[in-house]
Amino acid sequence: MGPAEAHRDVVALDGIGVWLSGREILHEVSFSIRPGQFTGLIGSNGAGKTTILRVILGLQEPTTGQVLIDGKPRLRRNRSVGYVPQKVVIDPDLPLRARDVVGLGLDGYRFGLPMPSLPRRRRIDEMLEAVDAMGFADSRMGNLSGGEQQRVLIAHALIGQPELLLLDEPLANLDIASGHEIVELLRRIAAEHHVAVLLSAHDMNPLLPVMDRVVYVAAGRAASGTVDEVVRSEVLAELYGHPVAVLRVEGRILVVAGSHADTEVLGSAPHSVERT
Amino acid sequence: MIDLAANIVFEPGFFSNSPVQSALVAGGAVALMAGVVGVFTVVRGQSFAGHSFADMDTTGGSAAFLLGIGALWGFLAVSVAAAAAMELLGVERRRGRDVTTGVVLGAALGLAALFLYWDTTASSTTGAATTILFGSLFTISPSTVPAIVGFSVAALAAVLVLYRPLLFSSLSADMARARGVPVRLVSAVFMFLMALAVALSAITVGAILSTALLIGPAATALRLTKRPGAAMWAAAGIGLVGVWLGILFAYDSSAWPGHHGWPVSFSVVAVIFVFYLAADLLTSVRAKWDRLRQDRLAKGE
Repeated sequence: MGPAEAHRDVVALDGIGVWLSGREILHEVSFSIRPGQFTGLIGSNGAGKTTILRVILGLQEPTTGQVLIDGKPRLRRNRSVGYVPQKVVIDPDLPLRARDVVGLGLDGYRFGLPMPSLPRRRRIDEMLEAVDAMGFADSRMGNLSGGEQQRVLIAHALIGQPELLLLDEPLANLDIASGHEIVELLRRIAAEHHVAVLLSAHDMNPLLPVMDRVVYVAAGRAASGTVDEVVRSEVLAELYGHPVAVLRVEGRILVVAGSHADTEVLGSAPHSVERT
Repeated sequence: MIDLAANIVFEPGFFSNSPVQSALVAGGAVALMAGVVGVFTVVRGQSFAGHSFADMDTTGGSAAFLLGIGALWGFLAVSVAAAAAMELLGVERRRGRDVTTGVVLGAALGLAALFLYWDTTASSTTGAATTILFGSLFTISPSTVPAIVGFSVAALAAVLVLYRPLLFSSLSADMARARGVPVRLVSAVFMFLMALAVALSAITVGAILSTALLIGPAATALRLTKRPGAAMWAAAGIGLVGVWLGILFAYDSSAWPGHHGWPVSFSVVAVIFVFYLAADLLTSVRAKWDRLRQDRLAKGE
């Protein structure tokens, strides 16, 4: 990777504002992601994380500002961004095996029946291998555990060889051990496949060892930079609009309202209803 | 010897009988198509929408009879109009739509009751009501067979073209949209295909029973296989065999002593239902077998 490559933005948001039914959901959100970077999109439920991801994907039109993908305005159909949504409710009756879901990531947007071929099968196998999903490649998607489904969905998103992988709260429904495995898997994939990762979470602590940068979202506003640059009381107080203290306890970061530790904890526990 | 066996299975005249020929061709084509459309109807959780078309078709068929045009055209016109209305009312407002659909269906069936009453008094026979509600494969006129086969083939082809985007958007509309699938368009086209499938099924087994042909083989196939492609072909096959066995059964039953013969729609639906029960039994036995084997493995043998 040359210096020019390192300074290229995979995605850049420039002054994104979103209004939905008379409410301002996002206000002047700007940040960019470089190739191969691992970025955490951190904020409590309802802060606007999902909306940011939807704007990047083109599922939500911004009211103001623009999204540049690889330096160009986002096309209606962009296949250089892989996406793993927050909740995919999979009916156990849905006749899809893990490998079928990965196959849909490869050519699911095309018309007609998929033509079985050796290269196609090999590519799907490789992807399943990369996320350690070979053991359940032929199981029905609906019968897999949350962590297993998550792996398959990551393989689905990656097989199109995107430059950017978006994951919406992938750790939300997982136990601590599976969550840890997924984070480790994503770190490995980001390095091996040289893909940038933008992952939303309400708790930044599981991501601290792998995050290159953080985009901290509160009340529809965002601040971005390294963890040390962003997760500071001055920066977050500005976002929240009230005093905030950042506490570091045994390698963990706690963000609390006010200047005393006995007040409400922000950014780690859900304290508002998730916007649907 | 072979002739004797064949004569026991097929009552004399089965293959040379013109109504039987029409029934086999038209019923077979519709069954293939309904099986394939049915798999996606079940997978997308749209069985209720499918059933609404069936209710609306009762009105269409009875109105067509009153006007003296073929029931097929009544079924088709109303189905397609209903699909358009459902699309225009919007897929977004789910809850409001359920109530609206319920009210509209009630009104449609009320109209059907009126039309069927007029049909009966005008022709002084209850034949019309039975044919529209419960169908009769043996009364399909040879002149409508090409239209039925043509529409079936067209619908089948359309589903095969939409196969991947349909499957993708059934998994997750957002994931499909993010990957560039025109989800809205795909679901609108599928709505029309479903309308077509129900109208054609209504011609074979009647408006009321049409969902049995749409959902039955699909539900059976989905019990048997976890592969999407296999489920589609299995549903088509189960539908085809179900309809043909039903026709044979109905034809043969007229030769049995003490009988006027059983209605063909009954035997078709009965065969499909037996298939479903058998598949259900098979899957539960298979699940039990798997559990036993796993237990044995766990014990370290």
